[in-house]
Amino acid sequence: MISTLPPAVIFIAGAVFVPIFRGRGKLLYLLALPVIAGMDLVYLPTGQSSATTFLDYSLIFCRVDRLSLAFGYVFVLIAFIGTIYSLHVKDNLQHMAALCYAGGALGVTFSGDLFSLYLFWEIMALASVVLLLARRTEDSRKAAFRYFMWHFFGGLCLLAGIILFVITRGTTEFNYIGLTDSASLMIFIGFCLNAAVFPFHAWLPDAYPRATVTGAVFMSALTTKSAVYILARTFPGNDILLWAGAFMTCFPIFYAVIVNDMRRVLAYSLINQVGFMVCGIGIGSQLAINGVVAHAFCHIIYKALLFMSTGAVLHMTGKIRGTDLGGLYKTMPFTAVCCMVGAASISAFPLFSGFVSKSLTVAAVAESHHVIVWFMLLFASAGVFHHAGIKVPFFVFFGHDSGIRSKEPPINMRIAMGMAAFICIFLGVYPAPLYQILPYPVDFHPYTAFHVVGMLQLLMFGALAFTMLILSGFYPAEQRAVNLDTDWFIRLPGRAFVRFCHKPLQAIAEVATGWAKSTVAAFKSAPSRSVEIEKRMDWIFHTLLVGLPERVSQVVQPLKTEKSELSWNVTYILIPFILLLLAILFVFK
Amino acid sequence: MRPKKELTFLDSKKNQLRVRTYFYVSLVVLLIVDFFLHKHVHFSWENAPCFYAVYGFVACVSLIFVAKLLRLLVKRRENYYD
Repeated sequence: MISTLPPAVIFIAGAVFVPIFRGRGKLLYLLALPVIAGMDLVYLPTGQSSATTFLDYSLIFCRVDRLSLAFGYVFVLIAFIGTIYSLHVKDNLQHMAALCYAGGALGVTFSGDLFSLYLFWEIMALASVVLLLARRTEDSRKAAFRYFMWHFFGGLCLLAGIILFVITRGTTEFNYIGLTDSASLMIFIGFCLNAAVFPFHAWLPDAYPRATVTGAVFMSALTTKSAVYILARTFPGNDILLWAGAFMTCFPIFYAVIVNDMRRVLAYSLINQVGFMVCGIGIGSQLAINGVVAHAFCHIIYKALLFMSTGAVLHMTGKIRGTDLGGLYKTMPFTAVCCMVGAASISAFPLFSGFVSKSLTVAAVAESHHVIVWFMLLFASAGVFHHAGIKVPFFVFFGHDSGIRSKEPPINMRIAMGMAAFICIFLGVYPAPLYQILPYPVDFHPYTAFHVVGMLQLLMFGALAFTMLILSGFYPAEQRAVNLDTDWFIRLPGRAFVRFCHKPLQAIAEVATGWAKSTVAAFKSAPSRSVEIEKRMDWIFHTLLVGLPERVSQVVQPLKTEKSELSWNVTYILIPFILLLLAILFVFK
Repeated sequence: MRPKKELTFLDSKKNQLRVRTYFYVSLVVLLIVDFFLHKHVHFSWENAPCFYAVYGFVACVSLIFVAKLLRLLVKRRENYYD
């Protein structure tokens, strides 16, 4: 049945055939896939349809309703824009990974049961690891490993939760889950890790700035937002999410002010923006969920635009640190304008897309009378303009003249940025099409005089603070440094554990091996006075005992080699995981 | 390779001053407009004159102060993890 072809399958199956195309054919093929998936989405019948079965449970690849469709549209749209942006890339692996990644996100969006959800969840994780590795630097290789460990942990939590869920409830189909037992808690942790909820957020600013220029565009759009979708479906109205989201909007902006790598600034502001969505999920009213979907839609486009314009700078100049850049508007005016459109959108300037979407969430918070959360969101709104809205364009394209005079990026990059910038402005000016695809009917008018003036005051006086602090020299200067985050609590103990395995455990293994070998040698050179005894003991010594140390040494010896480092690291993620699992089971039983 | 054309309009002091003047004028306009607005508010303090302007300014200044303090706490040398 062609009418229920899951869009995820188009991307993932399509990715397999990328290497057989050459030249222009490949460009057309890459562009055709998102277009076909988009047409498929339009004709997808609403409701559920089961694709196949697994262990007596049906796998549902197409659960189509207004919530999943809205996310489906934007994922296909950003896959199209991201593909245009990466058309100049010659590396087939990157194209295939990006397509699989988009397919994974769409699969998560339309999966109606937990098994297929888990399948696409892991496809997404693996594909995004490839986008990190594809940069082919030592730095990105290590970051990919850490990223993999984080998501491996999250995936294990999710898997454990799913298994418990299936055992306790006897079904794999899911809709609203709610935080009630250990199964839902494990699933919750798995989802929250992908949504970069504190304290599981540190993978994001660690990995995204180290991805390829084009890979970061896909990464900024897919992983966190598919998690937002799944949280909105399974845990709406959860108080933990309300407060976690409010906290997520605030703490990253402090980091964003002090970090130097511009793509890391954007990574922190990504957490801040996802915080608005998580907060909206925490409220869970119809207005709030509308706000979440609208904000996710706009956010994917403008965040991708920001990653594209900073990525274009990295592509053309090879530099991305604030300390190395400045004054680029002189020769890259188009990129500068696109970056500023993205910056205005993320800051929720009137007439830009962020304004029409963020207002919904903030209004939902105000309606539910969460005063503290409301103040936190307002603080975050001012703060996001401060770092993503002003800092990124200012330090890259204006500020002090770095002397760099690079050309505009290739034409495909400019087209992709132009498209994203157009969507940002179009939705900001005319939000009706966006409001039409939201899950619930919308009765909201963002453009009231009071709201426009209030928002402008908030932003412009934030800008005044920036101007005064820059002119007075009090603004924290860009510095090359590492800024610690919650991953410190993982990376240092993790390293200590690996060192423990390498040094003390290895020393014990070596002593044992040496002792075993000398014992064997002593027995073999002994005088043959007790031949009879030896004959009797022969079987014990030569077959059993003599063989044993050599067996042990055979097992222990390879641990010294570089290759086995992975097994230790897997162990070190598994041990805390098992402890956590036991703790949760203990608490809830 | 250097591109041929360069934009230099922000190099002159005159243009910089002009941009800044537009900015300050828009701030004053926003403050004045605030007194002629019909406000429909969720919270009573939104009725205070120029509430959003004050909050935006205070928020950003305190943001920078706290960020500077945070830097004292979390900043390490660039090869800290290597």
